[in-house]
Amino acid sequence: MTDRVPVLKIGEILLVSIQVDLEDQMVLDLQEDLSNQIVATGAKGVVIDISALEIVDSFVGRMLATNASISRVLGAETIVVGMRPAVAMTLVELGLSLKGVRTALNLERGLKLLRRLSASRG
Amino acid sequence: MNDYGAVSASVETVPVANSSDVVTARQMVRTLAQRTGLSLVHQTKLVTAASELGRNMLIHGGGGVVRATTVADGGRSGIFVEFQDQGPGIPDIELALTDGWTSGNGMGLGLSGAKRLVDEFEIESGSGGTTVRIVKWGR
Repeated sequence: MTDRVPVLKIGEILLVSIQVDLEDQMVLDLQEDLSNQIVATGAKGVVIDISALEIVDSFVGRMLATNASISRVLGAETIVVGMRPAVAMTLVELGLSLKGVRTALNLERGLKLLRRLSASRG
Repeated sequence: MNDYGAVSASVETVPVANSSDVVTARQMVRTLAQRTGLSLVHQTKLVTAASELGRNMLIHGGGGVVRATTVADGGRSGIFVEFQDQGPGIPDIELALTDGWTSGNGMGLGLSGAKRLVDEFEIESGSGGTTVRIVKWGR
C-alpha cells in the first residue's frame, strides 16, 4: 500500500501540503480523499501547497486541474500555492496552462485570496 | 542522434515495473543531473521529461528499463537517458508526437511535451518494443 498525503481541516479550509515525491497512485488517492473531505466537512476552500514539489508533470498537473473543477462543483474554491519558478517554467513549456486553477505565490497569500473569494460570495 | 562519448564508464540503470519505479528512475536522473552541474531549470525540465517518458513506458510498454549517463560534446556536458520497453510499439509515431493526442487517460502531452523539454529526442518503435533517447545539455 502506498502512503497517503494528509488532508488537514482548519476552520472552513482544507490544507494539503505535499511533502513527498508523488507516485501516481498517491495522486489518485489524494484526489479521492479531497473530494470526500470537502463533502464530509463542508469546507469552503482548499489550499494545496506544492512548494516542496521538485517537478509537476502532466499527471500531477491534471490532478490539480481536475481537483479545482471537482471542488468547485462541490462548493469549494481551490488555490494552489508555492509553485517553484523552475516548475512553472517547465509546466508552461510542457504545454500545461492549468486553466481554471487559481494560484498564489505562498500559503499566506493563498489564504488571503480564499477569504476574499468567500467574502465576495457572501 | 550523435554518438556522444560517455564521460564515465558508469551507466545508471533502473528497471521500471510499477509507478514507484518511475519515482526511483526520475530521482536517479535528478542525482546525475545535479552531479553534472545542470542548472536548476535544466534539471527540472529533464526530470519532468523523464517522468513523462517513464510513465509512458510503464502504461503503454508494460514497463522496461531506464538507463542514464553523463555525456560530453566539445566543452559541454549533459545527460543522456534511454527508455526501453518490449511493448507492442507505437503504430503511428507522428501521431503520437502530436500535442493533445492521447491513447489513454492522459492529457496527450507525454511524448510531445517531453520532446519540448529536452535538447535532443529520438524515438524508435516496432513490434519488438519502443526506445526513446533524450539528451539535455548543460551550458
